[in-house]
Amino acid sequence: MTNIRNFSIIAHIDHGKSTLADRLIQKAGLVEDRDFRDQVLDTMDIERERGITIKTQSVTLPYVSRDGREFELNLIDTPGHVDFSYEVSRALASCEGVLLLVDASQGVEAQTLANLYAAMEHDLEIIPVINKIDLPSADIDRVKEEIEADLGLDSDQAILCSAKEGTGVDDVLEAVINQIPPPSGHSDGPLTALIFDAHYDPFRGTVVSCRVFTGHIRPGDTLRLMSTGGTYKVEEVGLFRLPREPKDELKAGEVGYIIAGIKTVGDTRIGDTITLDTDPAPDPLPGFKEVKPVVFSSIYPISTEDYQNLTDALEKYKLNDAALIYQKDSSAALGLGFRCGFLGLLHLEIVQERLEREYGQSIIMTVPTVEYHFTLTNGDTLSVDNPLYYPDPVTIEKAMEPYIRASILIPERYMGVVMDLGLERRGVNSKFNYPTPGRIEVQFDLPLAEVIYDFYDRLKTVTQGYGSFDYDLLDYRAGDVAKVDILLNGEKVDALSQIVHKERARTRALQACERLKEEIPRHMFKIAVQGAIGGTIISRTTIPPFRKDVTAKCYGGDISRKRKLLEKQKKGKKRMKMIGSVTLPQSAFVAVLKSEGK
Amino acid sequence: MNDTKKPGLYVHIPFCRSKCPYCGFYSVPSTSLVPRWLEALQKEIIHYKDRFDRFDSLYLGGGTPTCLDVGSLRKIMETLFDHFDFAADTEMTIEANPGDLSEENIIALKDIGFNRISLGVQAFDDRTLSFLGRTHTALEAEKALKNLRSFGFENIGLDLIYGYEGQTVKAWKNTLEKALSFQPEHLSCYELTFEKRTLFSRWKEKGIIKPLTEKELSTLFPTTSEFLQDHGYIHYEISNFAREMTYASRHNQKYWRHIPYLGLGPSAHSFQDSTRWWNVRSIRAYCKALESGEAPIEEHESLTKEQFILESISLGSRTREGFDLNEIPPDTLSTENLSKLQDAGFIRIQDNRVIPTQTGFLMADHLPLLLV
Repeated sequence: MTNIRNFSIIAHIDHGKSTLADRLIQKAGLVEDRDFRDQVLDTMDIERERGITIKTQSVTLPYVSRDGREFELNLIDTPGHVDFSYEVSRALASCEGVLLLVDASQGVEAQTLANLYAAMEHDLEIIPVINKIDLPSADIDRVKEEIEADLGLDSDQAILCSAKEGTGVDDVLEAVINQIPPPSGHSDGPLTALIFDAHYDPFRGTVVSCRVFTGHIRPGDTLRLMSTGGTYKVEEVGLFRLPREPKDELKAGEVGYIIAGIKTVGDTRIGDTITLDTDPAPDPLPGFKEVKPVVFSSIYPISTEDYQNLTDALEKYKLNDAALIYQKDSSAALGLGFRCGFLGLLHLEIVQERLEREYGQSIIMTVPTVEYHFTLTNGDTLSVDNPLYYPDPVTIEKAMEPYIRASILIPERYMGVVMDLGLERRGVNSKFNYPTPGRIEVQFDLPLAEVIYDFYDRLKTVTQGYGSFDYDLLDYRAGDVAKVDILLNGEKVDALSQIVHKERARTRALQACERLKEEIPRHMFKIAVQGAIGGTIISRTTIPPFRKDVTAKCYGGDISRKRKLLEKQKKGKKRMKMIGSVTLPQSAFVAVLKSEGK
Repeated sequence: MNDTKKPGLYVHIPFCRSKCPYCGFYSVPSTSLVPRWLEALQKEIIHYKDRFDRFDSLYLGGGTPTCLDVGSLRKIMETLFDHFDFAADTEMTIEANPGDLSEENIIALKDIGFNRISLGVQAFDDRTLSFLGRTHTALEAEKALKNLRSFGFENIGLDLIYGYEGQTVKAWKNTLEKALSFQPEHLSCYELTFEKRTLFSRWKEKGIIKPLTEKELSTLFPTTSEFLQDHGYIHYEISNFAREMTYASRHNQKYWRHIPYLGLGPSAHSFQDSTRWWNVRSIRAYCKALESGEAPIEEHESLTKEQFILESISLGSRTREGFDLNEIPPDTLSTENLSKLQDAGFIRIQDNRVIPTQTGFLMADHLPLLLV
């Protein structure tokens, strides 16, 4: 066990985590250089495009140290976004140490801090690594200062590296074996193994990623998932090389996979403890939590005939994403669909993109919302995550909405605008930390609903890209809410309704009308777009009718071009939804959520 | 209605005295490449020998065909006559710049065999002409029109442009009235469009020229149509008017009816047997290809049945002929949409043809989308 090291790389988004992981994998010789494509661990297109890791993967790297000792290094990848903080925490619980990556020109950011605290909570050895030192804008001295002051770490220990160029990577590996302690725990006690991830393999079913803390597990054993009580016969265990490498057993201290005929990823719970059915551990490992969705939205097929296809696609998708929950839903405007729950806005976007890209679905997603809790005059309580089920306003005694603790790290000069943004979004209990001269960490309690409403975009805008953001869910607090409906030519479109804070209702309704005016193409007739609370119209705009759409010339050289344009428009039209007599593009359904146009 | 199915022949003359800032057609403002290009054109003509049936329309467009000297024009025509077969009553059009039409040139054009002139008048006042970058004056245009008549041209068409900043309905009507005083057989009235790759489109982006609003333009279009119809003209295509249908451009109608046509010269388009192909948009590349024995084709496409139908609907939406429902597979158009558009006054159905109304014309680009 002394030759095992379990570690993660943690970093703010874009600080080079995936690139460093790639270099480590390359150094270990797991991938032939010629087969190497960037970001080996980020297997999804979306991950590579957006530069974020969505699904964790781990890999076991063979390593021979400078002094000739052989090691097995388990690199446990972590998702790089605030929506997935629970997954991060489980990955960290599986480690003894982390590489805390800081960009040499950007310095310490909000997620660096959040990650640091998370690592400290798990009592991990923290090795600061300053990455991207090859950049002309790299300012190593300043970043070292920030590491001392913001993070309270010894900056002399910081390793300088450029994952892109490969410099310093050897030093990183040496630090991993020398500074991170080997795992402890006995291989002969009852089995406790922590599930930190699960993937779906179409041929083998669920592949569980786990860290064994005590005991051992072999093919033929019957495992038990402690939270659900489910038992499964172990078919295969092994290490994550690239690809998987079966082994006779996994034992205490090791990180690897288990295949045990578990049908879907949803049958496992991240953070759950695996034990043996015959010799169960008395207690599960600490920290298990059911992950609950916090953002809700409905998915409808554009064409109602595609409902069955969408059903199949969601089922397949769900095999690999336990965090997504869904149930049947129906809307007067959009027909049959699904109400879905997501971990956050990014998670929602990922699901949308993957359904469209990988599963070929043309879908409409409705305005995301949070879950509100209502106490009614008759004493009943009601949870509502769908504007369709908003209770009759006269029966509402009290409404509660979820709050988060937002942490925003900015250069001092943006304090004013960030404070304004916080207040504008109903932020309370603001608190300031001054980690280093010139930088401020602003904390707010914010209604989650306000974060869903283009908060990231606004934060980026007001801080010119310098603000970084992290959050934790807090609690439910009283809030005065109302349902804003949208009417097109007097007809209510249920899928466009949103629940908003009363103070904000008029502005929101007006913005929604304006956005719809931009998104809805002109028709042959005038379209009145109205926002209403109950029977009261609170905003209104008009989309003027088409007057003219004809080009003067059409001779030999114009015909093909004209036809191609028509073909494109025809295709676009297929992706539109007819509501009453009005045709709405997909984009209209979420556009109501944006405060500014494109 | 002119029911010929015979193919048409187009020759693109890619030369101009100067480039008009609104024009998106391919041409260069220099005649230095004319000799080389003439040689190449001969080769292209020979290349297409025997590949088309007898033509009954010939159209020299550009560019500015009349910026070639009479000798070159004569040579082109002779080569065409040598290698292609033409019907006895072939419509032979040449686009002409008023500034190029001296009495001698008019006589020569007649002698070469042209029986139809399309005159690029554009406007009848010098301020507008200079805004449009035209090199001729209003007086030259008037003189050319008179001379064309007196030297025996019996089929004269003239081109006008409307819809630029500052133009009032009244001013436009005056222009039309002036045009009508020459009793042209044919009128093309083009709304000013901002074509890609033109100075005007760049000026529009920079805010140097402001286009008229949709509302203003949507008034000018019916004004033009009503005014000319009141004076006995037939509005037979979005931008085209004929005193009688016999004067409607036989050649141009082939484009709108999927009748075969052969286009020679750089950037020219051809169509035959559901296939369309087009030449490179460069004189040098055009010459080079032909000099090395290759066709100067940039691209070709074979229309699927579906594409062919979409084009029929789209082109039919722009002419008073409309399109024939018998030629459209029944599941392409919904009867519901047809009756909706009829009720809304965009189309009428007559002898199983869908025919756009005046309002329909205003929406011609959009109609196909509402139909399919």
